Amino acid sequence: MSTLVIADHDNASLQPATFNTVAAAQKIGGDIHVLVAGNGAQAAAQAASHIAGIAKVLHVDAPHLAGFTAENVAAVIVPIVKSGGYTHVLAPATGFGKNVMPRVAAMLDVAQISEIVVVESADTFVRPIYAGSVLATVRSADPIKVITVRATGFDAAAATGGSATVESIAGAPDTGLSKVTGQELSKSERPELTSARVVVSGGRGVGSAENFKLLEALAAKLNAAMGASRAAVDAGYVPNDYQVGQTGKIVAPDLYVAVGISGAIQHLAGMKDSKVIVAINKDPEAPIFQIADYGLVGDLFQIVPDLTAALG
Amino acid sequence: MKVLVAVKRVVDYNVKVRVKPDGSGVDTANVKMSMNPFDEIAIEEAVRLKEKGIATEIVAVSCGLAACQETLRTGLALGADRAILVETDVDLQPLAVAKLLQAVVAKEQPKLVILGKQAIDDDANQTGQMLAALLGWPQGTYASKIDIAGGRATIKREVDGGLETIEISLPAIVTADLRLNEPRYATLPNIMKAKKKPMETVTPAALGVDVTPRLTTLKVVEPPKRKGGGKVADVAELVAKLRNEAKVI
Repeated sequence: MSTLVIADHDNASLQPATFNTVAAAQKIGGDIHVLVAGNGAQAAAQAASHIAGIAKVLHVDAPHLAGFTAENVAAVIVPIVKSGGYTHVLAPATGFGKNVMPRVAAMLDVAQISEIVVVESADTFVRPIYAGSVLATVRSADPIKVITVRATGFDAAAATGGSATVESIAGAPDTGLSKVTGQELSKSERPELTSARVVVSGGRGVGSAENFKLLEALAAKLNAAMGASRAAVDAGYVPNDYQVGQTGKIVAPDLYVAVGISGAIQHLAGMKDSKVIVAINKDPEAPIFQIADYGLVGDLFQIVPDLTAALG
Repeated sequence: MKVLVAVKRVVDYNVKVRVKPDGSGVDTANVKMSMNPFDEIAIEEAVRLKEKGIATEIVAVSCGLAACQETLRTGLALGADRAILVETDVDLQPLAVAKLLQAVVAKEQPKLVILGKQAIDDDANQTGQMLAALLGWPQGTYASKIDIAGGRATIKREVDGGLETIEISLPAIVTADLRLNEPRYATLPNIMKAKKKPMETVTPAALGVDVTPRLTTLKVVEPPKRKGGGKVADVAELVAKLRNEAKVI
């Protein structure tokens, strides 16, 4: 039994969810190899070699992997899985993993098990369905298990302590099917949303892009990442990468502060595993209060600046 | 250019789902069923492509129980020209659906297939990518904007860090994200007209596809309920509790 973990990275460093994915692989057992496929990704490959419990890092470098397109990355992964005889292929359930892995599964003619949160055994896993309202335990009969891992289900593997060898290998050629021609990435002073210890999130109740600055001041005091509900993103107050929920990002910080968020089920799906939830909303009947540890009913335009000041 | 749109019949997004007492699955008897919301967005995008003169024909496809005919009629009322139902009682998993759609694509030869990015029941987020792999086509997943010109598609995609633009050749697969468009409502005249639009029924066997499930669901449970509902009177009490009780700041 052996597992190939597909690293999500930006060539320079590994995305945090990669460490949680290694942790899931450790629960499955057997040898763990990490594949770093990119363009100029030596630094990311080195970082992977230091993760505790890794036997080997495979590094594929080519200009056509610069955009991390599903077509080219899957074309690299599949022959490596076949020749390496891997029984499990795991990737984080990030935008990258969700795009690439079903393509890998179909090319291998096996099912994919999406967004697992528990490893019960080498062939049995628990995953949320219906926006997290239900947990399903599923068993795979396929010879190769292709899996995406929900990072919040597993504590991250240690980033140091390992000394795996890095083996540079040649990968499949350019499929020529897809090309990344542009990126509009949000720039923020704030920590990354899915791995932050504290998250401050705003909803429709915040009312405008301008008003989100109130939340940013609070987030700065708490060294928190910024998030938002779907309603706030749809209204154009903040960019799409802020969205927390069923089809946005899944977060489980130590502290989640929900401001002006009513608490639709698809939003709760993305944050209800947070350790402590604070809700600030003027409507005492808002569903968010049913899951909040500390609810404060009132006008957010008064409460948020007061809270920011009180944190001195 | 012919456009194929795949639609799934799911438990309506407003329904609070319940686990069957024996834990074998989710209770879908006497529950309101609707078209998966992301698939509505997929249909709407195809209709807009037709209104722009880019698409010439829209074929809606669904796989599953005979009741999926209702879902397809909704698609026809929203603007699809005809429908195909791949009818089976088997519990279809994403790989099986992708293989069925691959067989339909081989017959229909569309230039573009649009699907919702994920279904809100199994939350798998797989079928579009799998179909692209089986066909050897490019995939524009999580699309928030589609432009088609000169045999190529430019897709703006929602990614973790923001937005990304890709250029892909046609034929291609596109999966619809939330902000691709706002679907229209079906008007009464269009609902009436939809009843007369052609709907063909085929079976997996006729398409030569093995739909045997690869995954077995051993049990389903409701997750532990979160104990919430605590209230604080003011900012001072909130800060004190976060510091001394929860110890998170």
